Amino acid sequence: MTGMARETPAGDLRLANLTKRFGVFTAVDDLSLTIGQGSFFALLGASGCGKTTTLRMIAGLEEPTSGQVLLGDRDIARLRPYKRPVNTVFQSYALFPHLNIFENVAFGLRRRGIRSVDDEVLRMLSLVQLDDYGNRRPAQLSGGQQQRVALARALINRPQVLLLDEPLGALDLKLRRQMQIELKRIQTEVGITFVHVTHDQEEAMTMADTVAVMNAGRIEQLGAPADIYEFPAAAFVANFLGQSNLLAAEAAGTGGGEVAVTAHGARFSVPAGRSRVDRGPVHLGVRPEKLNLVGSADQVPAGHQHVTGVVTDASYVGVSTQYLLRTGWGTELSVFTANSGAAAQVPVGSEAVAYWDPRHAFLLPRDVDDADRTSPVLDEPVGASS
Amino acid sequence: MTLLAQVPTGSGQPAATPPAARSGRHRLLPYLLLLPGAAWLLVFFGVPLVQLASASLYDPSGSLSTGYALTWAFGNYPDVLQAYWPQFLRSFGYAGVALVLALLLGYPLAYAIAQKAGRWKNLLLVCVVAPMFTSFLVRTLAWKTILSDNGALVGLLRDVHLLAPDGRLLATPFAVVLGLTYNFLPFLVLPLYASLERLDYRLLEAASDLYASPVQAFRRVTLPLSMPGLVAGTLLFFIPASGDYINAELLGTPNEYMIGNVIDSAFLVRLDYPQGAALSFLLMAAILAVVFGYLRRAGTEEVL
Repeated sequence: MTGMARETPAGDLRLANLTKRFGVFTAVDDLSLTIGQGSFFALLGASGCGKTTTLRMIAGLEEPTSGQVLLGDRDIARLRPYKRPVNTVFQSYALFPHLNIFENVAFGLRRRGIRSVDDEVLRMLSLVQLDDYGNRRPAQLSGGQQQRVALARALINRPQVLLLDEPLGALDLKLRRQMQIELKRIQTEVGITFVHVTHDQEEAMTMADTVAVMNAGRIEQLGAPADIYEFPAAAFVANFLGQSNLLAAEAAGTGGGEVAVTAHGARFSVPAGRSRVDRGPVHLGVRPEKLNLVGSADQVPAGHQHVTGVVTDASYVGVSTQYLLRTGWGTELSVFTANSGAAAQVPVGSEAVAYWDPRHAFLLPRDVDDADRTSPVLDEPVGASS
Repeated sequence: MTLLAQVPTGSGQPAATPPAARSGRHRLLPYLLLLPGAAWLLVFFGVPLVQLASASLYDPSGSLSTGYALTWAFGNYPDVLQAYWPQFLRSFGYAGVALVLALLLGYPLAYAIAQKAGRWKNLLLVCVVAPMFTSFLVRTLAWKTILSDNGALVGLLRDVHLLAPDGRLLATPFAVVLGLTYNFLPFLVLPLYASLERLDYRLLEAASDLYASPVQAFRRVTLPLSMPGLVAGTLLFFIPASGDYINAELLGTPNEYMIGNVIDSAFLVRLDYPQGAALSFLLMAAILAVVFGYLRRAGTEEVL
């Protein structure tokens, strides 16, 4: 679409020490972050982590207990929602059931006293590929179509920031994927700052330039999706964004650019650049797809590290096979091997060795009494007969 | 049905017959269920209506003792209209003013109960309905006491000079309109409540997100979405209020009499059946005309 970026950019969206308490419960705890003008930002977290409350404070639907919401240099934290240059795509879509699609999309323009809305509305409907739907009522549309109306209804106002509150949550998987691509395309076209709240880590990673992982009202880690995934900052992030095998270990300090760690009696090392701490209790982490399975220890290539165990489960999921490997001390590690045809399937019950390149491992701080943490695989182990 | 059963099915199996027979019986079932209600309506509404219609065309010179003759006296209608048009106008005037007052009271009340009352919702609803547990007559008599000349209310109003020393509340149009408003308020509030209760507050959030001020959000979202309840409530209020005679009888004087009072006295005091019946039919026609005019304007448009 041409002519979308008519309004002058407003600058970055900054949250400064934003706090929201409901009684004794602190939903958002002293949150500070900067969302760059024109970026696609995702707030990722489990339900109840404060991500939606944060979004609602930006929209003006919730008043902060303290802190600021800055758009450029202007603090909008105490403005009424209808006075903010911010629009929201609601999780429930919240389309007006008594108005047709055209009037739903025109709603914001009309409230601002704009008389001739036809061109704008038709252009917006065509942007979301609903050209011929103007006369229908929301109830006559499918979930995906309603979602697109909700998007058009918000975008037509050319807000400085568009807020998306889990807008794809109600859609089935295939439609979700389609809409993710669509949303990303539209965001690139219109160049508006998108703030997207989701609990779906895959959605956050595929769509956003920057992801903030939230937990208990705070941001655990913020960065590009690949950076967070490859080198998480905390055990929570390592297991919320993708899966991780985290082994309880003790680190003994840096030497020669490497941190030496001991886990369950075995010695490992991790490059200093991939260690969040180098001394004391740590989690030694390796992603399941960074592990390789071989039959015996002498097949492990030089420079790699390994643990041995027994395969207790193998789930064939098409593109990959997901194994569970029970180690000598009883922890089950997840191992994903790509079904590229290079390696044979490892039968359940056989001894196997999982090895990894130390450059793919990472060290995270650990509470003293925290044990191994491995993410559960999607399916319950079946046929584990060892 | 026999015909249907003869049609050979694709599979040619005789098992196709029983479902066809059963579906035929199913088609009859709704009508069978309607039968008792239809019979009731016929006996207690249809027959009296015809009876009333013929009574309105009786020879007006007849009487209960000498007997009535059906002379198709259509002249009864212009006659009663000529004689009682002020009461007609007064009926709709009072009912209209009462309706406006009831809307001013009832809409905020229904909105508050539906959207803001939280755990007090059920208690407040009971409060709205509670007066209905006593009879209409008793409630109206209670107002007669409250508004009486030596009552506390009149005394207070005289003391603060809102009422002249010899001013009164009882036996005024004010008292009649007040009684109408009070007595029919629940009929307005309950349907409105049902509509407003279904109103999704997230739609108001969306409206406010889309630059609608609270006033605009009310006008563009709340009001249109409460339309079904508003239409039902105003009709349930206005129809009985315009035909009412108890309030004018107990709280007013003959100067405040509404058409209901005239019909009442035609049937029970003056025993002038043709006149009472003609007035009844005129009232019915007038109400129907008002209702249809209103529905056309308010829009019977289906609202989700």
